[in-house]
Amino acid sequence: MFRESPILRWRGYNDRYKLKGYKCRVCKKVYFEKKGLCPCGSIEFDEIELSGKGKIAAFTQIHGAPEAFESKAPYCVAVIDLAEGARIEAQVVDCKYSDLKIGTDVEAVFRKFYSSGEKGAIHYGTKFVPKF
Amino acid sequence: MAGIVGWGSYIPKYRITVEEIAAVQGQNLKAIIDGLGLTEKSVPGKDEDAATIAVHASRDALKRAGINPKEIGAVYVGSESHPYAVKPTASIVGEALDIGNEYTALDTEFACKAGSGTIQINAGMVDSGMIKYGLGVGADTSQAEPGNALEYSAAAGGAAFIIGPKNGSVATLDFTASFTSDTPDFWRRALQPYPAHAGRFTGEPAYFKHVLGATNLILKKSGAKISDFDHIVLHMPNAKFPERAAKILGATPKQIEVGLVVKKIGNTYSGSSLLGLAAVLDVAKPEQKILVTSYGSGAGSDSFIFTTTNKILLVQKEARKVSEYIARKEYLGYAQYLKHMEEIHK
Repeated sequence: MFRESPILRWRGYNDRYKLKGYKCRVCKKVYFEKKGLCPCGSIEFDEIELSGKGKIAAFTQIHGAPEAFESKAPYCVAVIDLAEGARIEAQVVDCKYSDLKIGTDVEAVFRKFYSSGEKGAIHYGTKFVPKF
Repeated sequence: MAGIVGWGSYIPKYRITVEEIAAVQGQNLKAIIDGLGLTEKSVPGKDEDAATIAVHASRDALKRAGINPKEIGAVYVGSESHPYAVKPTASIVGEALDIGNEYTALDTEFACKAGSGTIQINAGMVDSGMIKYGLGVGADTSQAEPGNALEYSAAAGGAAFIIGPKNGSVATLDFTASFTSDTPDFWRRALQPYPAHAGRFTGEPAYFKHVLGATNLILKKSGAKISDFDHIVLHMPNAKFPERAAKILGATPKQIEVGLVVKKIGNTYSGSSLLGLAAVLDVAKPEQKILVTSYGSGAGSDSFIFTTTNKILLVQKEARKVSEYIARKEYLGYAQYLKHMEEIHK
């Protein structure tokens, strides 16, 4: 099973639940998910709020999905440039593949990722939908 | 008393028409539409459940409230489709909203009035000084067995309300009253996937007795007349029940028009009367009086009288309106609909 551990998901709440960003104190570059070292050499970051607004930089459609997502296939996955400058990979839902193009405006939503079987935990996090 | 400082709503994008369901079930379309007064209902996306709906509505409520989420001291989520039997939806909402850890949280359940009860709890806690702000949500991805009469109306959606001090409210809570009895009109036993109901018994001794009971009680307590209200919202299991209850109370069709969202989205259970209230707040003007009565099977009703303030005009545009969610839609065929409903229980 794909990342079955609820603890592993729990450790990612700041990123995937709350969509926090990390801004380098030196070069001001913004990252999604915590970095240990910025390419500028800094190891100092400030946590910031990301707005959840962004544009699609690249996208594809998944047909052969991992087991946890099989029943939802086909679905769209995109690389998204967030308004603050960070880049994130995420599912884009409530749309068809044909609805998307490079530059499509998207916004973050809170959705179910997958469940760890019938008895396991339900995992939630951030996906994106085309702006409406 | 306390008041509403922010509200938010959410309705999933997907719809299925009553016509599509009736064709599959081989039932008389006209009789169903005449009986229920609705033509389509909302359907959750495959990755949506009561928790995701609650988070979406609550984030919009926060935008309108304009407060620091860490000032919220209580989170209550009412639903009859909580994703877990044991593990709170409310803590998922609190985490996603980044409220921190210094808050109390509970899931509530009382059929379709699990959400309205959270407004009373939060108002009591704000007025007692226990908390500054409390978040209350009603959200559901309602269950209905294929072929059952409920299948035509059981829908998905929700609304959230942040309750806080009267000063700074967009609508003050002036009065509340409840009317409760042990009435076996609708239930879902433990571990059962679908609810059951007592047919026509859900009408007179259940819905009408409690909705009219609570509404008449609040009118008596407040000294208000039904004609005093600019907007009236009565729980909407279908369109016919609230229309008839309004008529019995002496309300006009215009008074219930804005809040009667059921015609476009179906019965969102714990979200039903609260989505009606959200739709009213979306367009209300200052100094308007709003009467809301919820209904939950089993059975009980909560009634509320709100008065809007000047502040409401400043926050209406801070988040999407119910009408915008209603307008965003994609129709599903029956087979797609079944797949969506199967997915949300995984």
